[in-house]
Amino acid sequence: MGFLDIKQATKSYGALQVLQETDISVEEGEFLVLVGPSGCGKSTLLNMIAGLEDITSGEIAIRGKSMNGVKPADRNIAMVFQSYALYPNMTVRGNISFGMEMHGIQKQEREKRIDQVSDLLQISHLLDRKPGQLSGGQRQRVAMGRALVREPDVFLFDEPLSNLDAKLRVDMRTEIKKLHQKLGTTIVYVTHDQIEALTLSTRIAVMFGGYVQQLGTPKEIYDNPANMFVAGFMGSPSMNLFPAKVVSGDGKPAAEIKLADGKTAAVPFAKDALASSIGRDIILGIRPEAITDKDGADRNSQAVHIVEAPVEVTEPAGSDTFVVSQIGGKDVTGRFRADVAVNAGDVFPFAFNMEKAVAFDPKTENRIA
Amino acid sequence: MSTAAKSSSFSAGRIILYILLLLFCIYYLLPLYVMVVNSLKPLSEITAGGMMALPRDWTAAPWFSAWSTAQVGVEATGLRPYFLNSIIMVVPAVALSTLVGALNGYVLTKWAFKGSTILFGLLLFGCFIPFQMVLIPMARMLGLMGLAGSVPGLIFVHFVYGIGFSTLYFRNYYAAFPTELVRAAQIDGAGFFRIFWRILLPSSGPIAVVCIIWQFTNIWNDFLFGASFSDFDSQPMTVALNNLVQSSTGVKEYNVHFAGAIMAALPTLLVYIVAGRYFVRGLMAGSVKG
Amino acid sequence: MSISETANPRGSVVDRLRDALPKLVLSPTVAIVAIFVYGFIFFTLYLSFTDSRILPSFGWVGWKNFENLFRIRAWDTAVWNLVIFGSLYIVVCCVLGLLLAILLDQRIRAEGFIRTIYLYPMALSFIVTGVAWKWFLDPGIGIEAVVQGWGWTSFEFNWIKDREMAIYTIVIAAVWQTSGFVMAMFLAGLRGIDSEMMKAAQIDGASTFALYRRIVIPQLRPAFMSAFVVLAHMAIKSYDLVIALTGGGPGTATELPATFMYSYTFTRNQMGIGAASAVIMLMTIAAIIVPYLWSELREKK
Repeated sequence: MGFLDIKQATKSYGALQVLQETDISVEEGEFLVLVGPSGCGKSTLLNMIAGLEDITSGEIAIRGKSMNGVKPADRNIAMVFQSYALYPNMTVRGNISFGMEMHGIQKQEREKRIDQVSDLLQISHLLDRKPGQLSGGQRQRVAMGRALVREPDVFLFDEPLSNLDAKLRVDMRTEIKKLHQKLGTTIVYVTHDQIEALTLSTRIAVMFGGYVQQLGTPKEIYDNPANMFVAGFMGSPSMNLFPAKVVSGDGKPAAEIKLADGKTAAVPFAKDALASSIGRDIILGIRPEAITDKDGADRNSQAVHIVEAPVEVTEPAGSDTFVVSQIGGKDVTGRFRADVAVNAGDVFPFAFNMEKAVAFDPKTENRIA
Repeated sequence: MSTAAKSSSFSAGRIILYILLLLFCIYYLLPLYVMVVNSLKPLSEITAGGMMALPRDWTAAPWFSAWSTAQVGVEATGLRPYFLNSIIMVVPAVALSTLVGALNGYVLTKWAFKGSTILFGLLLFGCFIPFQMVLIPMARMLGLMGLAGSVPGLIFVHFVYGIGFSTLYFRNYYAAFPTELVRAAQIDGAGFFRIFWRILLPSSGPIAVVCIIWQFTNIWNDFLFGASFSDFDSQPMTVALNNLVQSSTGVKEYNVHFAGAIMAALPTLLVYIVAGRYFVRGLMAGSVKG
Repeated sequence: MSISETANPRGSVVDRLRDALPKLVLSPTVAIVAIFVYGFIFFTLYLSFTDSRILPSFGWVGWKNFENLFRIRAWDTAVWNLVIFGSLYIVVCCVLGLLLAILLDQRIRAEGFIRTIYLYPMALSFIVTGVAWKWFLDPGIGIEAVVQGWGWTSFEFNWIKDREMAIYTIVIAAVWQTSGFVMAMFLAGLRGIDSEMMKAAQIDGASTFALYRRIVIPQLRPAFMSAFVVLAHMAIKSYDLVIALTGGGPGTATELPATFMYSYTFTRNQMGIGAASAVIMLMTIAAIIVPYLWSELREKK
């Protein structure tokens, strides 16, 4: 039993089931991120934890106590909203104090906690302003301050950074992470941004279509995606997924791929997992950073294989150059060092690091190796 | 674009445009002008065909007469008691219907339940029915409630049929009010009424003004309910004014009629001039959008 | 409301009361609407099938009241008057309102001031409007007397005393009162049109006339819809203005269904027929309002 337990929880609106049976157990101090595209059920799940939406079936428990039917205010949770949801008619102080007031905390204690939190978040100079007079980043801090003073069991974040501009978002991301490390609180955080998920979390639940597709640490999710959805959703640029055939090459299973110029190439797998599947059609998944120029390949890898392939487009991105070729009818992106001389139209050696390659079943889309 | 606008501002087209606008101004102001100047001249000047002329002999006598001595119905009380009736009627009816409308709007948007849209539709339809449809049963009902022919009866009637519009205003306003604020307050531990009182109401100033102005204008200007459900001593201003003008006995004192008409118009006109922006918004909201 | 309540077992009376609170708050309104709108509608509907005269009575007479109603000349007049008044009122208000809105949309100096003047009649009671126009149109002292006083002795304008023409005086006064409001609706519509589209049309070489006829006015459809619904329902409900301006006369020349209903119910003691006429009014309004509300509320969802 964990600190926050979601047990076989589901949610339906009439006949429409938006959250399929979900089991997640969160330990104290964990930072769980629910990530997925819009409509995947992540916000619904968060609202169910908050008590803002009823649970259709199953149970949600905090500290071993069932929360079904307990109203939001009595769950000892705090929430930071996407729009921050600061009360426009109250000052910053009033906003932070309101929840404590509602819970009958003495004025002296309220003042003390407001001081602590505003120190922590560096918003002391803003306490007497109204939300309308604050910048986006400042509102964000106040919203977090309002959550922090409650000293809740669980913090819930609903896409808290999505209204900030790109630069500020990165800064606030770092700050949330620092805050979590400092306070060691339990956090459930919803986002559609997979980078936020990877950088912030101790564990990630990738959601799609009302199902938790995969639950794991950021490394597990990134390196060993459970299916093609997770593979495609996590990571940017996303993992290359293209059709291949398992063939036998030098006694080892290899992936036969079709290049744009009509030639085929066979790249041996690093592992023998597919040895019994010779002849099978698969979807091969390789992340862009595992397809490089020859000198940029991972020196520690035992399974770098060169494939000469025609270059379709190059996209210099400053630190790297992304090079696109067609394999099996799909665009496949490689991440080359910035100063490699490569041009569209060239036939160029691509280095495949097969240690990082994964294979999926084309029908079930689940990972088979 | 800007140069084109500049060069055209002195063209013949522009002049015609302004002349047209001016003519329409005269059209709309003429009846008001007629009312004002004729309320300030002796009756003989009007009957001599001088309706459009400024008074030769300025006098406030018609105003005093209309206010305190003119024959309204059977009694020579002037319009004063009826003006007071209207005020006593309007204030509570407006306050009650606005308050209930605000609560309804809050429930219908932030605590919406299955069927609440249909309920709102049914409520809204009630705003548009011809009130002839409810006159007969309402007369009976007021009798049963012991409110027949009284000012409280009129307050009740206006309250009942004012709820629809006030709910419409607040519902549309609260629909645009971020629901996340309500959720945040729920998590902070505020209950149903506390959220309304501390979070929504402090932000409801603009719509409350619109709603109050609309209800005030409508109820003050009502004639049908006033004529149907009041007795001689509980008549509102509009009914009394009509009685003053239609009374068939004696000489028609046009100047007094005009003075009385201005008196009946003054409160709503004043509201319009002071808070015109909100008045227009009220009209528009009442006509468009469900 | 304190944290200690957390431990309370669910489903207690207090909790259930709390959950039902929103509906509880709404329930007085629901009751009021159920009784005073729909209950009363059914009551009147029922009365229209009874032999009620001075007081409601419950002897069922079937469609007799409706049959009689359509045999009464005054009702015939009232319906025809409504058709004339309603269509003229709506058309003239829309044309005038649109014209004024377009004129005012030409970057006019003192626009706010002029708008205020055009719109103020809407703040007045129909009774006040009626009184002002009653005497203004009165041949004895009003416009006819004034023009004759200026020397044009053959000038005649006595519509208000003329059985044939009196209904048009109602149109004149009603248009005066409402057209400014229609202007405001159209002006809001005009202001809502994307200005970049106007620029594009100008670059395409559209004249001002073509710009309005081809680009702008078609986009005002929603404003036309709203104006139509508002005006139509005001026309059907028109009562005060007729009472104050002509009292339904001369004779029954300006009787409208609303005044007909009132006089048959309360002064002629034919409550059954009065109720039948109210039912017809309701049906007419419902035919206009229900589709409108339906589309508005659906869209929102």
